[in-house]
Amino acid sequence: MAALTREETEALIQEVLEIYPEQAKKDRAKHLAVNDQSLEKSNKCITSNRKSLPGVMTIRGCAYAGSKGVVWGPIKDMIHISHGPVGCGQYSRAGRRNYYVGTTGVNTFGTMNFTSDFTEKDIVFGGDKKLAKIITEIEGLFPLHKGISIQSECPIGLIGDDIEAVAKKGNKEINKPVVPVRCEGFRGVSQSLGHHIANDAIRDWVLGNRDGDDSFPTTPYDVAVIGDYNIGGDAWASRTLLEEMGLRVVAQWSGDGTIAEIENTPKVKLNLIHCYRSMNYIARHMEEKYKIPWIEYNFFGPTKIAESLRRIASHFDDTIKEGAERVIKRYEAEYEAVIAKYKPRLEGKRVMLYIGGLRPRHVIGAYEDLGMEVVGTGYEFGHNDDYDRTIKEMGNATLLYDDVTGYEFEEFVKKVQPDLVGSGVKEKYIFQKMGVPFRQMHSWDYSGPYHGYDGFAIFARDMDMTINNPCWKQVKAPWKTDASSEAVKVAA
Amino acid sequence: MALRQCAIYGKGGIGKSTTTQNLVSALAELGNKVMIVGCDPKADSTRLILHAKAQTTIMSLAAEAGSVEDLELEDVLKVGYGGIKCVESGGPEPGVGCAGRGVITAINFLEEEGAYDDELDFVFYDVLGDVVCGGFAMPIRENKAQEIYIVCSGEMMAMYAANNIAKGIVKYANSGSVRLAGLICNSRNTAREDELISALAAKIGTTMIHFVPRDNVVQRAEIRRMTVIEYEPTAKQADEYRQLAMKIRDNRNFIIPTPITMDELEELMMEFGILEQEDESVIGKTAAEEATA
Repeated sequence: MAALTREETEALIQEVLEIYPEQAKKDRAKHLAVNDQSLEKSNKCITSNRKSLPGVMTIRGCAYAGSKGVVWGPIKDMIHISHGPVGCGQYSRAGRRNYYVGTTGVNTFGTMNFTSDFTEKDIVFGGDKKLAKIITEIEGLFPLHKGISIQSECPIGLIGDDIEAVAKKGNKEINKPVVPVRCEGFRGVSQSLGHHIANDAIRDWVLGNRDGDDSFPTTPYDVAVIGDYNIGGDAWASRTLLEEMGLRVVAQWSGDGTIAEIENTPKVKLNLIHCYRSMNYIARHMEEKYKIPWIEYNFFGPTKIAESLRRIASHFDDTIKEGAERVIKRYEAEYEAVIAKYKPRLEGKRVMLYIGGLRPRHVIGAYEDLGMEVVGTGYEFGHNDDYDRTIKEMGNATLLYDDVTGYEFEEFVKKVQPDLVGSGVKEKYIFQKMGVPFRQMHSWDYSGPYHGYDGFAIFARDMDMTINNPCWKQVKAPWKTDASSEAVKVAA
Repeated sequence: MALRQCAIYGKGGIGKSTTTQNLVSALAELGNKVMIVGCDPKADSTRLILHAKAQTTIMSLAAEAGSVEDLELEDVLKVGYGGIKCVESGGPEPGVGCAGRGVITAINFLEEEGAYDDELDFVFYDVLGDVVCGGFAMPIRENKAQEIYIVCSGEMMAMYAANNIAKGIVKYANSGSVRLAGLICNSRNTAREDELISALAAKIGTTMIHFVPRDNVVQRAEIRRMTVIEYEPTAKQADEYRQLAMKIRDNRNFIIPTPITMDELEELMMEFGILEQEDESVIGKTAAEEATA
């Protein structure tokens, strides 16, 4: 199917909006746009970070998901208490595939669920005493943990528990950081506020812990990787490239990360931000307080990787600049082979994305390296600075949809007819049943890594095996195919 | 007779618990089967019936046992003077947890365990001062108390509170069967108190169901952790509570209140000389400024 013109895309948006009642239509219209590369600011065309409409299907999470699930959860040598009833922690446990090295239950705790398991009596009488007891018990049972975070579930904010006081007391008792995080799920409009709250808690309770302590030896090439959650090993595939070009990665925030790394981050020379949405806050804070510059980078696909490596190197001396060129050269044959193998199979295929964080714009380059085109994209919980960064990455007259509803997304896919949809697990089976190839782009569909050159090879393979999977030819019942169809020809 | 569920609201310290227990004792004396459900973490709604300091509450027993599901009805239900069944919801000490949730949990427990049996004639909910959150509105939601009595006096703040409670009742009355059944004036010996409360009652669409005069025998009985009915049945005050009980027993005047505006309320108070005509020239003036003026 040929690309839609600007007029056709605008008409499509109007058509999809038609079904809504007046007020909903007015609201949703602000969140749907036709991309226009000539715009400097996205607020001219799209509204974001607003409350979802009641009655629509939204993919968003909550502040607790943003804090515990995204920012804090992957810090592997800390124990993160899901403070409140059991469900929030249990049903989100180990779901994000933040890989880490360590012995779970001994010195790392990433896939475990620690919860205060609130019942009626904790609500009525308050949970502070129970929380204090849990801190003591954790210290006894898991002595190798390096700190505790208290991730507030909704009731904590309602009953007014003083978790800050418990944290301070716990910190004195076990002599390790104990961090209260006020990420009650009802706060804000999506998980985005949870990221911010989590960043602020790191700022207030962890980041300055080693101020004035110079015992950590530094080098001129120290950097921190910020906003890489090591999903399927992403951060590892990224870290090797930085190290090969001569940089020293002092900290990974927060995939496979430790609290010591976080405490040492104020001593680095440059902060490298991958997921801008979830961690730009702390980068801005370090810029202000410690004068550490930060840059955004993109390690999806060889074009963006090369651009990013050069941009990172430009902040350092010639040895690093040469290092970047060396790395790009070294992997050239490898990624060219990947492109040579998969591009002929994927060329011209059209993709629609709807994901969170950085991916709605960051993966575009990787698809383009394979000759594919992203014809629609949108953010679950993005802000307008995300859309500012997206306008230039997307082609003119492509679709932008913010906090898209289940209905809108289905209708867009029906009309645009992409060859691939990339979104979350709730969308996966809907589109597959519609006969549309689908990749779950939150956890890489249990695959990965997708970052770095190593990740690109896996990314290309996964997209090929999804789009060109023979199963899609079997979706239509044989008696429903018309005479001219492929299947009948083969049978004849 | 079908079970009648009544809730007693009113400003903190107005004498809700004392009035309720004396009234309930009088109802029991008249041969009614009554239960009191205390909905206040202070748990002082049943002490005059049980001659106890404070009854062990549902929530404290639940905390001890692990959860509310571990409790049996007989653990929490005590029987006192006149066969009156007594229950206290209980809740946290001030400043922690959620007392409102305690009330919800306790009432749900009583319902599930069948505390509201067919033999009961009346259930009285004695609810903490103000309806501060949804939990303290629990007794007036669907299928719970259908008659609300507001205890008040001729003091300004008590009348403000009564009017505010009437506003709360409107909200639930429109979606359910809860109705305002009357004002109980617990006298503070202010001037023309009975006329004033009658006037207020008329304005919000109800009546002053009874004027309970002030009498020290109430305090003397309280010191002994008893109601007047039990301590000195021949006292004049005991007859007052008996009259109140009979009026409530025979009451059929259940209405959706028409709470009045702040201006109307202030006008009423000015009419009775409780509030002086406002002198706008003094607003925002400190004592020092007034002295120099």
